[in-house]
Order: sequence, then C-alpha cells, then structure tokens
Amino acid sequence: MIEGILIGLSTALSFTNILMVMVGCFAGTIIGMLPGLGPMTAIALMIPITYGFDPSTGLILMAGVYYGAVFGGSTSSILLNAPGIPGTVATAFDGYPMAQQGKAGKALAIAAYSSFAGGTISAIFLLIAAPSLSKVSLAFRSPDYFALMILGLTAISAFSSKGQFLKAMMMVVLGLMLATVGQDSLSDITRFTFNNMNLTDGISFVLIVMATFAMSEALTIIFRGKDPNRAAKQISLTELGSIKVNKEETIKMAKTIPRSSILGFLIGVLPGAGATIASFLAYGMERNYVNEEEKQKFGKGSVHGLSAPETANNAACSGSFVPLLTLGIPGSGTTAVMLGALLGFGIQPGPRLYQTNPEIFWSVIMSMYIGMVVLLILNLPLIPYIARILAVPRNYLIPLILFFSVTGIYLMSFNNFDIFLMIGIAVVATFLRLYDFPMPPLILAFVLGGLMEETLRRSLLISDGSPNFLWDRPITLIILIITIVIIFWQVFSTFRKKT
Amino acid sequence: MRISPTKFISLLFLVLSVFYLYTAYNIQVFAFDENAPFNARTFPIYLGWAGIVLSSLKIVLPEKNTIIVNHKHLDYKSITYLVIISLIYAAVILKIGYFISTSLFLFASYYFLGERRWGLMFILSFPFVAAFMYLLHGLLNIYLRDPFLKYIGVMG
Repeated sequence: MIEGILIGLSTALSFTNILMVMVGCFAGTIIGMLPGLGPMTAIALMIPITYGFDPSTGLILMAGVYYGAVFGGSTSSILLNAPGIPGTVATAFDGYPMAQQGKAGKALAIAAYSSFAGGTISAIFLLIAAPSLSKVSLAFRSPDYFALMILGLTAISAFSSKGQFLKAMMMVVLGLMLATVGQDSLSDITRFTFNNMNLTDGISFVLIVMATFAMSEALTIIFRGKDPNRAAKQISLTELGSIKVNKEETIKMAKTIPRSSILGFLIGVLPGAGATIASFLAYGMERNYVNEEEKQKFGKGSVHGLSAPETANNAACSGSFVPLLTLGIPGSGTTAVMLGALLGFGIQPGPRLYQTNPEIFWSVIMSMYIGMVVLLILNLPLIPYIARILAVPRNYLIPLILFFSVTGIYLMSFNNFDIFLMIGIAVVATFLRLYDFPMPPLILAFVLGGLMEETLRRSLLISDGSPNFLWDRPITLIILIITIVIIFWQVFSTFRKKT
Repeated sequence: MRISPTKFISLLFLVLSVFYLYTAYNIQVFAFDENAPFNARTFPIYLGWAGIVLSSLKIVLPEKNTIIVNHKHLDYKSITYLVIISLIYAAVILKIGYFISTSLFLFASYYFLGERRWGLMFILSFPFVAAFMYLLHGLLNIYLRDPFLKYIGVMG
C-alpha cells in the first residue's frame, strides 16, 4: 500500500494535476452554486475537455469538479434555500435558517469546515478500507436496497416533519407518484402521461427541485411579504455576519464530524445510495444523538444540523468512488458519468484496476486530499464575497431566482411545457408550504422512486411474488425493524404530546 | 361545519390518490405480463393505496396543531402578477428567443415588485442576460437556443 501511496502522490503532485484540481474545484464551485446545474452537469461539461489529457489527469479534474460542485450546491442551499443537487437538500434545513438569522458567513464556514473534514476523513477510510468495503457493498441484494430506501424515506419523514409525520409521508407518496410518470424502465409502457409526448421521458429531477425549492421559495417570500414577522426576517437576510466559528460551535462540530463521516462513507459505498441518503440519514442520526435542548434547535439553525449533512455528503462522495474504482459499479449518478469517461479513456474499472493502472487508482485517492485542501483554501476566504448574494434586495433577488430556475429547465429541454409544469408545481408547493407540508420528503422520494420500483421488481420476481423477501435476509430484516421502530417512535411521541 | 385547510388539502390528496389508483389499474400491460408477480401496474397500485390510507388517516384523526394562516398578511396581488409574468415568459421564450424574453421578464418582474430605479433595472436585465449568455454559450460552450440572435447573426 505504501508503494501505491507514493505512486499516487508522485502523480497527483505534478504541476498539471495540482492545477487541474484547483481549476476543477473552482469551476465546480461556481457551477454547483447555480441552482439546477449540479455535479453531474459540471462533470458532463468537463468530459470533452478531459479527452485531451491522460486518464489520471482527466479523472483528477473531474473529481475536483465533483467536490467543488457539491460545496457550491451547499452554498446555494444555505444562501437561497435552492439546493442544486439532492445531496445538499438537508444542508438547507439548518443552513438557510442560520442565514436568515444574519449568520450566513458562519453557516458557510461551518459547511466548508465540515465538508473538508468529512472529505478528508473518508478519503483516509477509502485508502485503508477500499478493498474490504467493496465486499460489504457486494453483500447487498435488491431486498436490502429496497428496505434501505424505505428506511431513508421514513427517516426523512420523521425528521423533517416538525411533528407532522402523516403530512410528510403524504409528501413521500406524492414524490413517488411523480416519479412513476413516463415510460416504465423495463417494459417501456408509458404511464400517467395522458397521451402528452412531453411526459414520455418522465419529469426531470431538476424541474421538481427547482419548482419545490427555488421557485416556491421565491414565491413564498413574495407571498408572505406583508407578514410583519417575515418582513423582519428579510431585513436580517442582508446581514452577512462573521465567518468566525467560536469555541462552542467548534466543539459541536468536533462531535458531529466523526460519526457523520463514518455514516456518510458507509452509505456512499453502497451503489445507488450516495450523498442524498447519507446526508438525510446523518441529519436524522444527529438529531437523535444530541440532547433535548439541541434537538429543539434543529430546523432553526442548529450547528449539529448543518454540520452533519455537510460532512456526510462529502464523505459519501469519497465513498462512492469505492464501488466505481474496485467493482466498476458507479455509486451515484455522478460517478456513473465518470464511469462513462473512464470507458472513453479505454479503462475498465474493476478489481484489476489495482494491477493494471495503479497510478490511476492511487492518484485519484491522493488528489482527494489535495482537493479538500484546495476547496478550503479557495472557498473560505471567498465566503464573505459569496455571501454578498444575500445583500441583493428582495425586488432583484426574487426575479433572479426565478430567472435561474427557468434557465435551468430551458437548458435541459428547450421546450416551454417543462416551464409551464414547473410554474404549476411551484404554485402548488407554495400553498403546501404555507400549511407546513414539508418538501424534502417529496424530493427524496422522487429521486429514489425509479430505483425503489426496480429493486421491488427484482425482489418480487426472485421471491415469485411472495412478500417473504422482506424477512428472508437478516440485513433486510434489521433495516425494516429500524424503520418500524422509527414509525412507532413517531406514533408514540405524537400520542405522548397529546396526553 | 368548517373544514380546516390541512384537512381540505388531505381531501384533495385523497381524490388525487383515488384517481391515480384508477389510472394505475387501467395501465395497459403486455398479455404475457398480466399475471406476472410484478408488472408496470404493481408499484403504482401500491402507491395509490398508500395515498388513500395516509390521506384518510389525516382526515379522520384529530388535528394536533391547527395551522392558522392570516390571509390579510399574504400578498396575493404580487404573487399573481409574478405567476402571470412567468407564464407569459414561458409562452414566448421559444418564439422570440431567450435573450429578449428573459430580459423583458426580468425588467417586468422588477417593475411589478415595486422597483423604480430604471438604470439599475436595465443593467440587471438586458446587459446581465447578455453577460450570462456569454458565460454559458461563449465560455462554457453550453448551447442556448435563441432564434432571434441567430437571425441577426449574433449567435452561430
């Protein structure tokens, strides 16, 4: 392994590769900040550029873009409540309220430190445990994935619903319903399209996230413009605040980061699970770990609540490289794009990558450390300038958010049906938010819908239609028991509050 | 009897779920797939039933915290204007192109939200959109369809 590390270091520390990490992190941060343009778009944009490089350099550039875009996505989550990617939705839960309290600079600093720590710790895990961890992910079968997704959706409903579990579960079902629109992945039968050609490919994730977060947030700000309490909050939005993190907050972060890193990395290793589930689960887990007083602060600007998902989503980014590099199975949509790029270089990732192209395997791991340092050095001093977005008056900020949302959709499809659909969903979401129907469960359900149906299909076909698959395997059973415990805990806590 | 808004929304969700379930049962599947353990209908049918059960529970169970929204504090006028402008923007974007429609959309939005600094409004619409288009189209090489700019020869 030492020899591998040295090979990796010598490759990653070459002038070209360091430059690529820096360019990648910077470009990724800028692109990731724009709502609608997440890491997948950013990496896809880089593919044509990387064809001129050798494979290590190309992959290092794409990895830098990946981390940068995840961090950039967190920035737009915190400042605008407009997550560009699902992995940073949970960041907005506490990051945005913190920004509203005039602590935008601090929220961004906490996000930067947590991202750095999560990414660095998980890169160490990747270095040590890559070969053996791939075996763990190999042990997962369709029923386990299905159960894991049920757990993720139940957890997000329990933790983001502010005591309104049923409302959150209704949003989960709505998200899953929206995910079924379009062609069935296996049979190509169109469902719920009502003979509209524009719906044949389904509804895009970017459209849903733009409508339910960016656009509906902009409309809500205008809608509640006359509310005296809300108006006071808007005034405080212009206060940027310090980026200094005090001792108490550092202690809180120090407690959160190790456990969220471990969880994020382990979830990231599981193919398909990725940063989204990791960040939501870390948020939920953290809420369970903290004391009652801290628990009350969740959703209102908690340091734990911001640090946990930020640590976990970056840890999951590193974790998602494990199945990609050792098995050739992408751990997330973003690594799937990278897999395509690797194949373009004529490299087949898999267990033999160690032997055939050790410089690629190790230099990517080493570049992760360099990338994290670059991100911290690059982003932390820029935070006060980035946070200036909040100083834009409401009359300008709202149209600009709407403009970014529409542009994001227009760039994808160049048809106005999608824009009409987005406006319609945004108006409905604005009214739902007014009555505390949470949007994050809808988003997660929408993202997982396709994979959930796929794993259920496989599970039912293997068990010949019998529900036995739910308890046949110990992993499935354990995950489902945890899910049931969460549901009962919600029912119990509701009952306890009533009495 | 006065129904709370939350229960009314749940009622709407119940209607949606019933309609979704009805549509799910009517999905045409291949003949050989009709009696398979899983076909294109299966997952939607489960979802339809889940929606019916959850919304019914929400309607039937007593409400713990009724959410009171003061409608006097809601700015219906501005939001209606913004939605109408957005709909017009969506309707004309393909016909008159991205640059003009987006610039006009931004200019009109600033105006309807009460802004009257004409110079700043202009800078943050026409030149801003032009700079943004240059960033996307010129630097990042992201294709932006704009028939008008193509017609006058600004875009290739």
